[in-house]
Amino acid sequence: MTRVTSIASNTFREAVRDRVLYNLIAFALLMVAASLLVGQISMNIERNVVINLGLTAVSLFGLVIAIFIGIGLVSKEIEKKTLYTILSRPVRRWEFILGKFGGLVATLVVNTVFMAVGIFAAVFYLAHHFQRADAYLLVALYFIILQFVMITALALLFSSFSSPLLSAVFAFALFVIGTFAQDLRGFASLTHGVIGWIAIAAAYVVPNFAALNVISSVAHDQPVAASLVLYNTLYALLYSAAAVAGAMLIFERRNLK
Amino acid sequence: MPTFVAMPAIETFGLEKTYTVGFWRKRPRCALRPLNLAVEEGEVFGYLGPNGAGKTTTLKLLMGLMFPTAGSAKILGREVNDPQVKAQIGFLPEQPYFYDYLTARELLEYYAQLSGVEARARSRRVAAVLERVGLRDVAGVQLRKFSKGMLQRVGIAQAILHDPKVVFLDEPMSGLDPIGRREVRDLIESLKQEGKTVFFSTHILSDAEALCDRVAVLHQGELRGIGVIADLTSSVRGKVEVIWQGGVIPPAMHALSAECHLIGAMARAVVGENQLDAAVDALRRANLKLVSVTPVRASLEDYFVEKLSPAEVAAR
Repeated sequence: MTRVTSIASNTFREAVRDRVLYNLIAFALLMVAASLLVGQISMNIERNVVINLGLTAVSLFGLVIAIFIGIGLVSKEIEKKTLYTILSRPVRRWEFILGKFGGLVATLVVNTVFMAVGIFAAVFYLAHHFQRADAYLLVALYFIILQFVMITALALLFSSFSSPLLSAVFAFALFVIGTFAQDLRGFASLTHGVIGWIAIAAAYVVPNFAALNVISSVAHDQPVAASLVLYNTLYALLYSAAAVAGAMLIFERRNLK
Repeated sequence: MPTFVAMPAIETFGLEKTYTVGFWRKRPRCALRPLNLAVEEGEVFGYLGPNGAGKTTTLKLLMGLMFPTAGSAKILGREVNDPQVKAQIGFLPEQPYFYDYLTARELLEYYAQLSGVEARARSRRVAAVLERVGLRDVAGVQLRKFSKGMLQRVGIAQAILHDPKVVFLDEPMSGLDPIGRREVRDLIESLKQEGKTVFFSTHILSDAEALCDRVAVLHQGELRGIGVIADLTSSVRGKVEVIWQGGVIPPAMHALSAECHLIGAMARAVVGENQLDAAVDALRRANLKLVSVTPVRASLEDYFVEKLSPAEVAAR
């Protein structure tokens, strides 16, 4: 496990030194601008707008980081041959994959925590106090982190057998499709026969990001059911575990030319 | 009384690698034909061959970075992917690249963690190896500011950091200036003194001749020859060098040898062994003083060239 944590902490260090966390500056500027602007032009919906904008920004910033770093997690190491001096040590291939995954997820969690502080600061700036409904923001942020875990796992899976460009296309396409996963499942249930089975299978293989998006309801102060938290947690963890296991299996037999 | 048979440090058994090339019409390309090789413990073994001979492929197979199409390999008597083996080997890839956002010290500490070096010994080990490769003064500098030669030293440092029993070096002198090459040679010598097994690939024959106990010559993925350096370079090539005093070359000597040269007051000719008597007679008749008669010995370069093109040599 020491080797996995070493690889994870080095991946985190790489992200920090490659100035990935500089996106926080852009996010901070966005939140400051939004707070000042919304306070001037809207009537009683400032909170709603700031939360919507803030959570959407957290989601998009993190998505970009997860995809663009995730796709290079393995392929960049192969291309630059840095992997050679890692795998010639007593490091198993699955440990490398797990370490890289853990490192990027840790980067995204830290990034999200800083952004969450920004959102709460903006909410406090507008209302001059916190209210009970603000706690729902934490659930929305937690779901966003679960989305990042899934996207990172998928990017890693694609990165284990494909080029960075194709990996990025696959991961982004899956994110877009996954955003409409509920609709896909609805359409699939309308079809019949063999095609119906295939459509249903495809709809359930696609990651269901729609279920993890509660930004709108949280912005309207609607609570999130505990059962949804439990279901989404299990779903995201199982889905990510399957994707990471797939990446490990593919990478285990890959020739590093 | 039981007898102990020394176990080879590195062994390959019909190790073979074939790639598939082409997109639509896939066709096989053999990078390494069945390779049977044994390198003894404590040996410095040179793996020679021109570019594209299959040297790096062999090293990647031995490091478990690639999987063989057929055959197998063992290091220290175990399968190459055994973590216990990996803890006892060091590897310097060709033209190594490292995480350039790290300093030399950070990189080596990271590798030390991965190699299982105990936490309390880590800093001491890293400091010692930095000193050994001459990078102590730049230990805190990010690798992106290092020259190619300095990166090669970092590469060597990471390969020997965990005190491995077997060290694999892929073109270790590549990109180094004469002083850097000399330092790497000294380092390989010192590894030999410590009883390490060193397997290094190169196409610089003078390095191999100076350092290796044995060499193997690889060409087009095929092992063309293997032997002890001393034997390879001591084989007599059926010719003798005759040196005499007096700045003249007798006409009879010209008739015997195309290779006649005047060197100041001395002269030199290379003749066939069967022509030696006639050459000495020619000198005697011309009243010239014979200085020496020496068999012409093969150099590693001769051996290398011969192994690369056997058909051509046979045709001569």
